[in-house]
Amino acid sequence: MAKDTLTPIASILSKSSADIIENWVSLQLANKNRSQAVSDSSLTTSSNEFFKLFQAAAKDGNIENLNTPEWSAVKLMLSDLSVSRARLGSSPSETASFVLSFKQPLFEQLNKDFGNDPSLAKMSWALSVLIDDLALVTTEAFQKTREDIIRRQQKDILEMSTPVIKMWEGIVAVPLIGTLDSARTQIVMENLLQKIVDIGAKIAILDITGVPTVDTQTAQHLIKTVSATRLMGAECIISGIRPQIAQTIVHLGIEIHDIVTRATMEDALREAMARVGWYSYKEADAKDEVR
Amino acid sequence: MDRIPILKLGDKLLVTIQVDFHDRVALALQEDLTEKILSAGAKGVLIDISALEMVDSFMGRVLGNIAKASRLLDCETVLVGMQPAIAITITELGIALQGIHTALNAEGGMALLERLIKAKSNRGRTANASKIAGRPPNLQRG
Amino acid sequence: MLVKSQEDRPICKEDDISIVRSSVKRVVALLNFSLVNQTKIITAASELARNTLEHGKGGHALIQIIDDGTGRIGLRMIFEDTGPGIPDTDRALEDGFTTGNGMGLGLGGARRLMDEFQLESHAGSGTKVSITKWQERL
Repeated sequence: MAKDTLTPIASILSKSSADIIENWVSLQLANKNRSQAVSDSSLTTSSNEFFKLFQAAAKDGNIENLNTPEWSAVKLMLSDLSVSRARLGSSPSETASFVLSFKQPLFEQLNKDFGNDPSLAKMSWALSVLIDDLALVTTEAFQKTREDIIRRQQKDILEMSTPVIKMWEGIVAVPLIGTLDSARTQIVMENLLQKIVDIGAKIAILDITGVPTVDTQTAQHLIKTVSATRLMGAECIISGIRPQIAQTIVHLGIEIHDIVTRATMEDALREAMARVGWYSYKEADAKDEVR
Repeated sequence: MDRIPILKLGDKLLVTIQVDFHDRVALALQEDLTEKILSAGAKGVLIDISALEMVDSFMGRVLGNIAKASRLLDCETVLVGMQPAIAITITELGIALQGIHTALNAEGGMALLERLIKAKSNRGRTANASKIAGRPPNLQRG
Repeated sequence: MLVKSQEDRPICKEDDISIVRSSVKRVVALLNFSLVNQTKIITAASELARNTLEHGKGGHALIQIIDDGTGRIGLRMIFEDTGPGIPDTDRALEDGFTTGNGMGLGLGGARRLMDEFQLESHAGSGTKVSITKWQERL
């Protein structure tokens, strides 16, 4: 589309700016379905701000390509608006309709000034596409904010679900809850090994009472954790092996013969304390099992 | 060529591996240590890798070989101070480091060596009480 | 995929392995990878650089900072040699498979340490291994 067909839009925006804004704001305020989350005054402010930026961006006649630098201020304003309105409880469609509602006053003004001009259809179409795209910017920003929140929460859940607790002098424990996949294992290992260093632990108890099933994959992850713990110079005890899990482990033929296992956390703690105590008081009798 | 210094502390040898553990340096250490174990009559070797920022399969193999060779000379090896990130990485890589003892830090490593050496000499005494008193069985064969 | 910056390091002698390692170390620190991921990346680079030298009879490493097009930044390393190549790439990825004097963990190990792994090789025409780790989100 030739630029000169579209330049009149810029002149309309500057010539009739007061009319368009007034018209737009009153249209929005009159909308009965408007959410109560956004106050009248903030609506007027954002409308004015949007219009000012829109006018500046369109002043050279580019209303076709949003990826040019002159439109970046408008897009930024809309993203910010979308994020702040989302926080106030607005839905993404409410924020999008803020932008879309701009069409009506704009088209009315166009109609008034170019009613008989054959290029009216072209101008309306170009503006319509432009405003639709701007509305999409708000939706995308909303989505992105949501995604960021979800990602942060996922990370929080991962970290919260793998606390490493100091049980006794030299003994730490990790109650594992939920499925043990490789991302989880990674975090468990990192937290556990760091805690071992921090408190100088000699024994780590991995409690799998809260792990619903143990398959070959999960067992592999457990074995990895035990190996890494040993490399640090600490021993691992796996506790909380429920009868079904013991059955599965045997059934799958998973080899965990050199890993110390106990039925309950209590048994594991007793074993761990015996070992820690054994080391400090009966050194002279230490046997080969001492690593 | 750079060589890693080997310190003698009683019947134990102490090695601190510094940040860049080049392949040649690693191989030289393996050689030097074996010789030093014999010349010093060492019963234990403590290798501190707390300053090391990575261990790849080559270094893992050198460390494993050091432990194997030392054991042939009736000497125990304890690896201390491995960083958590390295422990996780070499587990993922698949290095087992079998036959090598580990401890959290130099202090724990020394205590562990002490226990290992004592346990061995006790066993040696009971097993060989009627033969050569006080000498560990391994030495007879070696 | 966009290559934002690139370093080219030759691998012709043993010292080059540690030069590659320190180049990679600098880049991973710059990209703010977590300590564990930094260690994994440097270790993978060390494995592959040694492969390039020992099996490929020398070559070079490209260390690249890349963008996947959505703004996600990653580190890609490409190890290329013109050596004898690998006749059976599937077998070469199995743990314990080795033609040199290593533990046979080089290729399979490097694959486990990284997010993406590509191996191209034909007998007689050299080997190209490309590994990528993406930056953690947040």
